[in-house]
Amino acid sequence: MRFQPVIGLEVHVQLKTNSKIFCGCSTAFGSEPNSQTCPVCLGLPGALPVLNKKVVEFAIKAGLATNCSITTRSIFARKNYFYPDLPKGYQISQFEDPICQHGWLDIDVNGETKRIGITRIHMEEDAGKLVHGDASGLEDGSGVDLNRACTPLLEVVSEPDLRSSDEAVAYLKQLHQIVTWLGICDGNMEEGSFRCDANVSVMPVGADTLGTRAEVKNVNSFKFVKQAIEYEIQRQIDLIEDGGTVVQETRLFDPNSGTTRSMRSKEEAHDYRYFPDPDLVPLVIDDAWVQRTRTELPELPEQSKLRFMTEWALSPYDAEMLTASRSLAEYFESCVALHANAKLVSNWMMGEITRALNDSGTSIDCCPVTPRLLAELLKLIEGGIISGKIAKTVFDEMWKSGKDPAVIVQEQGLVQVSDSGAIEAIIDEILTREVGQVEEYRSGKDKLFGFFVGQVMKASKGKANPAVVNELLLSKLKG
Amino acid sequence: MDICDLTIHELHSSLKSKQVSSLEATEAMLARIEAVEPRIGSFITVTPEKALADAVAADQRIASGTMDVLTGIPLALKDIFLTEGIRTTCGSRILHNFVPPYSATSYEKLRERGVVLLGKLNQDEFAMGSSNESSAYGNTRNPWDTTRIPGGSSGGSAAAVAARQATATLGTDTGGSIRQPASHCGCVGLKPTYGRVSRYGVIAYASSLDQVGPLTRDVTDSAIMLAALAGHDPKDSTSVDIPVPDYCAALTGDVKGLRIGLPEEYFIAGLDPDVQTAMDRAIATYRSLGAEFIDISLPHTDYAVATYYLIATAEASSNLARYDGVRFGHRAEDAAGLLDMYTKSRSQGFGTEVKRRIMLGTYALSSGYYDAYYVKAQKVRTLIMQDFMRAFADVDVILTPVAPTPAFKIGEKVNDPLQMYLSDIFTIPVNLAGTCALSVPAGFSADGLPIGLQLIGKPFGEETILRAAHAFEQASEWHTRKAVI
Repeated sequence: MRFQPVIGLEVHVQLKTNSKIFCGCSTAFGSEPNSQTCPVCLGLPGALPVLNKKVVEFAIKAGLATNCSITTRSIFARKNYFYPDLPKGYQISQFEDPICQHGWLDIDVNGETKRIGITRIHMEEDAGKLVHGDASGLEDGSGVDLNRACTPLLEVVSEPDLRSSDEAVAYLKQLHQIVTWLGICDGNMEEGSFRCDANVSVMPVGADTLGTRAEVKNVNSFKFVKQAIEYEIQRQIDLIEDGGTVVQETRLFDPNSGTTRSMRSKEEAHDYRYFPDPDLVPLVIDDAWVQRTRTELPELPEQSKLRFMTEWALSPYDAEMLTASRSLAEYFESCVALHANAKLVSNWMMGEITRALNDSGTSIDCCPVTPRLLAELLKLIEGGIISGKIAKTVFDEMWKSGKDPAVIVQEQGLVQVSDSGAIEAIIDEILTREVGQVEEYRSGKDKLFGFFVGQVMKASKGKANPAVVNELLLSKLKG
Repeated sequence: MDICDLTIHELHSSLKSKQVSSLEATEAMLARIEAVEPRIGSFITVTPEKALADAVAADQRIASGTMDVLTGIPLALKDIFLTEGIRTTCGSRILHNFVPPYSATSYEKLRERGVVLLGKLNQDEFAMGSSNESSAYGNTRNPWDTTRIPGGSSGGSAAAVAARQATATLGTDTGGSIRQPASHCGCVGLKPTYGRVSRYGVIAYASSLDQVGPLTRDVTDSAIMLAALAGHDPKDSTSVDIPVPDYCAALTGDVKGLRIGLPEEYFIAGLDPDVQTAMDRAIATYRSLGAEFIDISLPHTDYAVATYYLIATAEASSNLARYDGVRFGHRAEDAAGLLDMYTKSRSQGFGTEVKRRIMLGTYALSSGYYDAYYVKAQKVRTLIMQDFMRAFADVDVILTPVAPTPAFKIGEKVNDPLQMYLSDIFTIPVNLAGTCALSVPAGFSADGLPIGLQLIGKPFGEETILRAAHAFEQASEWHTRKAVI
């Protein structure tokens, strides 16, 4: 029997607001435990939630970017359960009437485009963190750190439209790109800013009823998502083929073994007793608000990519690289505005700029070679003032000192030598010196050409114009 | 005249004219509290040091000429109001050691006006009760007859006013918990419209029903207190942002042409004869003042108690989940793991009535029952609200009894929760509708027990019910009688 996997994804996106969703405490990561708390996020008696408007703005942006309809009147609900990291004994979330519904994303897998539905996006507060054993500084037991409690989250729920681990990863990558592009999430998966739960089931090919699904929780990298989904699909297929049945349960992925194991079964599943939170009023979002937010949306990555391809004649690959982040795309646009050779700008960004950023662990936002500096450098190359090779030296100096390339070229005397007379003189000297090699070349060893070029470059300290060198050397060697 | 007998406005005059100082008034109150507490038990925590310090500060303000009507007035708060640095128990063992790091907005507003805090008052545990018998800190006794209950859940708040242990007090009202004890103790109790006064810093019982209100000797004091408490609070999303009228200016004494509705569902056959007599007399008084009476119907009244006990308990079951022994309050010792800690802490910390209501509420919200109970109750609530809205198209205020009987004996209904619940039958619909109401003294039973009458107003119509109550009060003398302890 052949099986088809069916996958739906729930992603928790931690929003990049300055303060929490229902109180004014800071959302900054990594502070001393319980240093960013107040009566509201501590769940003290008498405390009441007050909605952070910025969270709503971010939610509307996320909804518009994923083609959702924005709910005019959305409701906050309490999700009730007991756990030490949940101070009120309930989480404020949304159940009926979430803020965004009925959206979609188009993904590209193996050259084919597929539309994945987004059922809903809703706002909710995060729980705190439990720190166990040694890490908590306690001899025995666990410590509760509520700094993270009440941090705003968006939960994005997809339709079960995904059919493979590759599709799942493609969907996640695109969603990740969108939320970081919009500036609503920092996308840092190691710090938990973008968490994925996968609902996986299998059904016989051609069947019309879905199989029982298992939920795989908190997989925190694209690689692990792929691994976890593939393991789970196979586990379920093996189980069914052995005559067993898949149980609806929650499973935890173990990155060390690459397997999933059961966490909770349906029998122990919580009854969350959802009801509308009486401490919060219904959130009314009128059309004017939605339209205003729509005008504040930046051009989205897909649109930027297409525009780079049409407007700047870039290849799909290059356009994709340059729209990996909004900062990269903005850098590119700033630079081509000053020096309109898009391909050259693209090459340098993907080449030297990326290398230097990676080596120094800097982000494009803090790149010491600004778009203007890069444009200046490219002008010098295209104007024949310096060669491409020398330009790399100039680039390194620009990175270190931030000086204008023209200044660096001047100070270090790096202007390219294109004068044929000067180059001829150098060539003559070398051919006279290397008589033996000349003989060998003239007798058929074409590869020695590179040797001669190297000698000319060395003698000219790299400043000889390579095109002129090639032309003159070729004619001189012919004899 | 005994300082302890003075109303807010009378004490204010004396303070202003320097006849008496806030320190003297406070010392007199503290002495009164000490003398009378063994018989009444209004207080859970008395705060003499704080009270004296507050009084000294108030006297400085008075001397420098920057006082207002509440400066230097000795007040006490139901132990449901968080007071920074002062133990707040909500009448429960589970909070026996809880010292809050912040104060309720309503207390902050009073504090800024320079009031003196005498202490925290006894109440039914987590505001769940109608007799103050469910407090973990002992019963409070009705100053008019100490074998009887003072009412609840703001039993201590009402008893303290009646026993002259505080000039005025604050309570909360979710199903009648200000009005009913006010009626049983012969003082004025006001429940403002939902959203009129901030709930921030008030321990939550039922979030969509709870409201803060004053208990006072007379109606003028009630207006003074409401003026200080009312107003939008950005920390409470359910508080409304509309202007606060001049409540004291509304006390014109004129009710000519006032249209008063009498709902047939509240004047049932079998009403206690003393209560019936008090109502009849009140109606006659109002007629003599020029008011008109119109018969109305509030047809869904019969469903109110059941509706309340589904919605209030559902919200409470969720609001009380935070009492888990993790961050504050009682934590059981020697617990064997997380679940054991939860169950032991809560089983030990909560009393019987609280447990009963948590279970009821959990059940009403649970999977398979949510629609039949919780949702259905919310729908009926809308119908009850609509009953009032329709009635207010034809009348300005609605007059009803507050309680079916005067105060009953301590222990009389403790073993019959449903009977206990039915004693709130006249007050509950007001909370469900979210509108305002007050209880004003309207007479005494043959046994000398106070009987109050209820005036229900339109949403944000506190001015009208205060005016109506004030006119009645001025035409009667019920509020001048003192309980002899």
